[in-house]
Amino acid sequence: MSSLEVVDVTSTYLDHAATTSMYPEVFDAMRPWQETHFANPSGSHRAARVARQAVDEAREVVANALGVNTGDVVFTGGGTESDNFAISGSVRSRGGIAVCSAIEHHAVLDPVLHHGGVTVAVTQDGQVDIDNLRHVLESVIASGEQIAVVSVMAVNNEVGSINDIAAVAAVVREVAPEAWLHTDAVQAACWVELSQITGHVDLLSLSAHKFGGPKGVGLMVVSNGATPEPLLLGGGQERGRRSGTIDVAGAVGAATALQKTTSERDQTSQRVLALRNELLDALVHIEGVVETVSREHTVPGIAHICLNDLESEALLFMLDAADVYASAASACASGAMESSHVLSALGISDDLRRGALRLSLGHTTTSGDIDRAITEITRSIGLLRERRAARKQRV
Amino acid sequence: MRVMIGMSGGVDSSVAAALLHEQGHEVVGVTMRLWGGESDTGCCSVSDVDDARRVAQQIGIEHVVFNFSDEFDEHVVQPYVDAHQKGITPNPCIECNRHLKFERLAERADELGFDAVATGHHARIGAHANGRLRLERGADLAKDQSYVLHMVTAEGLEHTSFPIGHMTKDEVREHAARLGLRTAGKPDSQDVCFVSRADGREHFLGNRIPLRTARVVDRDGTQVGEVPSVEMVTLGQRRGLGTPGGGPVRYVIGVDASSDQPTVIVGDADDLLVSSQIVHSMTWVDDAFEGEALAQTSAHGDPRPCQVTSIGEREVQIDWDLRSTRIAPGQSVVLYDPTNTWVIGGGIAQRSPL
Repeated sequence: MSSLEVVDVTSTYLDHAATTSMYPEVFDAMRPWQETHFANPSGSHRAARVARQAVDEAREVVANALGVNTGDVVFTGGGTESDNFAISGSVRSRGGIAVCSAIEHHAVLDPVLHHGGVTVAVTQDGQVDIDNLRHVLESVIASGEQIAVVSVMAVNNEVGSINDIAAVAAVVREVAPEAWLHTDAVQAACWVELSQITGHVDLLSLSAHKFGGPKGVGLMVVSNGATPEPLLLGGGQERGRRSGTIDVAGAVGAATALQKTTSERDQTSQRVLALRNELLDALVHIEGVVETVSREHTVPGIAHICLNDLESEALLFMLDAADVYASAASACASGAMESSHVLSALGISDDLRRGALRLSLGHTTTSGDIDRAITEITRSIGLLRERRAARKQRV
Repeated sequence: MRVMIGMSGGVDSSVAAALLHEQGHEVVGVTMRLWGGESDTGCCSVSDVDDARRVAQQIGIEHVVFNFSDEFDEHVVQPYVDAHQKGITPNPCIECNRHLKFERLAERADELGFDAVATGHHARIGAHANGRLRLERGADLAKDQSYVLHMVTAEGLEHTSFPIGHMTKDEVREHAARLGLRTAGKPDSQDVCFVSRADGREHFLGNRIPLRTARVVDRDGTQVGEVPSVEMVTLGQRRGLGTPGGGPVRYVIGVDASSDQPTVIVGDADDLLVSSQIVHSMTWVDDAFEGEALAQTSAHGDPRPCQVTSIGEREVQIDWDLRSTRIAPGQSVVLYDPTNTWVIGGGIAQRSPL
């Protein structure tokens, strides 16, 4: 194993939208279920019943936090699996196509397009265009095609824009009453009261590691009689909706993290919002820095900026060297930064898109982090511009 | 020195990175993501990136991936397709070196505060008596890559390093094996990296441009055969021309893809020989040159003696000492000094009149 000290006290981690550090109490809560109480909860002995109880309790905790029935909660292997289950499972179960917003995460967008689905335009602030949603649903239905599922993310993972899921639901229920409504709430968990979303949708996806839980654990709400076809067949666990030995520690970890996140959400949101605004206020003072979407419409955890004269890769390299960890768009399989489909759907110009920078804050972010980030980003932008000017003069 | 080394995931750049690190330089490995489509090593050549990253980990240097796929498309893939459409035989590896490795990457390295860009090419950087740097052939003549590097200027060489240029391929592999690098036994890359071997060039081009049938005619215009796609025909080719068997061997001596009725002109072995060749888009490692030189017209072709005369802006005529085979238009012609040691410059072969 590598001995690299990757995230240490001197580094500034501003990539919480990619993943968060696990809460210590989550790790503590999970440990016994791997170590001493390791039995398979589907067994018929006492050790199994102990594990089963832990899963049942975890499911209750999750259901309470989300305001749904216990039986509606499915533990999956991650956010991507939950999204795929929602889209592919719905299309396979009902036929027809899926409809989603143009700025969905690839875990939604790719299965939607794979099954011949269509996308809905978004506003320049990164919210689904409600009129276009209505128009798209009406034209699909008019063409005689059936809509299996409509999927609109609660919060966008790149720019942090928040969708009004109630407004989305009103249109979907009116125009396409047969369609199931799914929301990818992966980026919402830390910042948005989820129980206010679950009431409007039939399917909802979460990923535990985005809110202080373990990686490789996803949550799925399957409610209102929706029956997406399972992706995995086998032992029939999770009421046949997700076969595979139940990850007891994972379920306990996800539940513990969600409970903590929910109870501390208001406080954390307020604190992080102030930090995020401080960060943005400082950055927009740098010449050429543009706030990508209006911050009124975003979650507290994401600050997204664009520069029209520099490239994300160069800036990220400089920040990396200064131990400031940030991101641009999503990375492709090779590790290269992909050109962002989100920014292009928002109508951001090519020049600005090439200079995108996402700084995402989380529960561990301190004001010291923000001070360091401001210093290093300012310094890096200055250095890159200086060197570029010097090169231009030479050549 | 702070050196950025381009790591393709092959053995040469792996060892080059290791050598720089051993020499005490501050080294960062970079893999350029150039082609986003299917290739012989998976989509976006993911397995090559995996190899490069693992080697960097083993050596103990940082490794990053830069996405230059837009520039690759603009400067390499699209011109490659356009050239075929015009009946020209391009050299995409040279355009990649010109626009990506020694322009885009060099620019990025400079911007990030690096002193030099290194690559795993088999070529050496030497110096003239007056101290000016020059590009020399690699020590392993069978693997020499100075031909595809001819566009690097003396100024560029000051910020360039070819750490394995003094080694033979066997020595490179031995070094990789000694370090336990996973790329030690990896076969050399061949062909065009964005055209998968399984599907081939015709498939690649056919997906992007209409492939047109062409009449195959003699020099006097008599039709003697037909080819299904003029875009696939290369000067000097003698097979697949749809000509009847028996009789003298016919070679392609000209391709006219410009008109609505594309034509391939064939002739005998003597028709294939010319006494001179015009080369355009010349770049010089140092000063522009006229006089006695050796000209190499393919990556591993034999250099042949010629006289170089300037005939215009970045344009020269080379007169062969002995009549020489026609060069497919679009191919690079690289000039070496008469001792066959260093590169003078290079350019692109013009279509020769029949």
